[in-house]
Amino acid sequence: MQPHHKIFFSAIGEMTYLTLASTRELFKRPFEWRLIVHQIELGGIDSWSITVLAAGFTGMVLSLQFAIGLEPFGASMYTGKVVSLGIVRELGPVLTALLVGGRVGSGYTAELGSMNVTEQVDAIRSLGADPIRKLVMPRVVAMTLALPLLTCVADIIGCAGGGLITMIEVGVTARFVFEQMVETLMVVDLLHGLSKSIFFGYLIGIIGCWNGLQTYGGTEGVGIATTRTVVYISIAILVSDFALTRIFLGIYG
Amino acid sequence: MAETIISFKNIAKAFGDQQIFEDLNLDVHRGETLTIIGGSGVGKSVCLKLLIGLLQPDAGSIHAFGQAVSERDRRGMLRLRSRIAMLFQGAALFDSMTVEENIKYPLVEHNWGTPGEMDRRVVEVLEMVDMPGIQKLKPAELSGGMKKRVGLARSIAIKPEVILYDEPTTGLDPINVRRINGLILSLQERLGVTSIVVTHDMDTVFTITDRLAMIYQKRVAFVGTPDEAKTQELKYLREFIKGGKGTLNEDL
Repeated sequence: MQPHHKIFFSAIGEMTYLTLASTRELFKRPFEWRLIVHQIELGGIDSWSITVLAAGFTGMVLSLQFAIGLEPFGASMYTGKVVSLGIVRELGPVLTALLVGGRVGSGYTAELGSMNVTEQVDAIRSLGADPIRKLVMPRVVAMTLALPLLTCVADIIGCAGGGLITMIEVGVTARFVFEQMVETLMVVDLLHGLSKSIFFGYLIGIIGCWNGLQTYGGTEGVGIATTRTVVYISIAILVSDFALTRIFLGIYG
Repeated sequence: MAETIISFKNIAKAFGDQQIFEDLNLDVHRGETLTIIGGSGVGKSVCLKLLIGLLQPDAGSIHAFGQAVSERDRRGMLRLRSRIAMLFQGAALFDSMTVEENIKYPLVEHNWGTPGEMDRRVVEVLEMVDMPGIQKLKPAELSGGMKKRVGLARSIAIKPEVILYDEPTTGLDPINVRRINGLILSLQERLGVTSIVVTHDMDTVFTITDRLAMIYQKRVAFVGTPDEAKTQELKYLREFIKGGKGTLNEDL
């Protein structure tokens, strides 16, 4: 059994290699746009429903909490401002990444892991193709592109849900909440959240694929690898969120 | 003496602490069917994977068509894999693709021809393996024997010179075993290919083999014709041929 720090750094090394190799394959002709579009459809478009559901209810809960929490200070009319900022800068990207990461990242691991244990990955190589080009690159690119788009959907739905509850709880008009949100949110806030989601998308793709290609030990191995992927992705998103927030606060303010 | 087209020289290979090969040597001649036998876990399939560069030896070299496999660059490896095809143990068909897409996969990767030519080639190879008209089926709709035959069709689609068979008859009923053995023989006759077959099945060995090689104690312990094998004094080989259980501790 290797020490934990060796396993950790070896995993980082392998994922760095996969990233570099995928980037190289991305710019090689012919461009594999069909595979990328297919993965955007599977991982991105098919994830919109959970994104909408989660973002909508998160916005509503957040709004409910702030409407009540700010009341003693006479500030409940600012609920819309606080909720929209919280959703766009933090909750939209992080919550979407955690949900989509669990769904799509584990799917990548299960699919590639099954292919690995049934020698389909070896078959790809033996038939003259490159598994990184055919399996890893399209998934990583698809997630890196799709997650920011899903985050935009989450931002809109989260703000709408939050706005609705603000109207009911605080007793303000829809116009008032809308104007408050538009006045509060700057392009920089949107950039802050979307920049994070690009990185989260990459993390979901690379961790899911890396773990899939590491899988051994038959169907039991696939199950273990899939569970591990969900844990790794969640930890990676939460830890990198702190670091990225610090960096983007420095860049965007 | 037939031309040697593949040669394993002083190969050593280990997985972690487990040493699989120490000084393994083996030559393969053009046009022959060479069968590799040996107990479970001795590294028979590893030999095939080393040959097409899916695994790398720790020491020694493998030469195929006059060039070391390890010295081939990406393009050279692509050329090698167009000349050597492999039928995997479980056929390794791509689950998400139809039979037609599976067979076209190597044709597309090797820029084999126009879409029309590829379509005709799919029909042709499916007829060769006695499975015409199943282009639109998915692998999940096929039985084990059918999967092996489709896998074989995919392997021969790009007209390789060498076909590697990894336990082609394992898990099949006797009728399918005979069918696969018949296909291996007929492909060799019709296409003139060289075949390397890894198997445990001694009926398969004596049906299809020109020469057999036995891996024992991390090296090739015997190479010769089936008739020579029957008269060998190597006890483990004799017991393997008889289907008895040889004792791994017995000395060579």
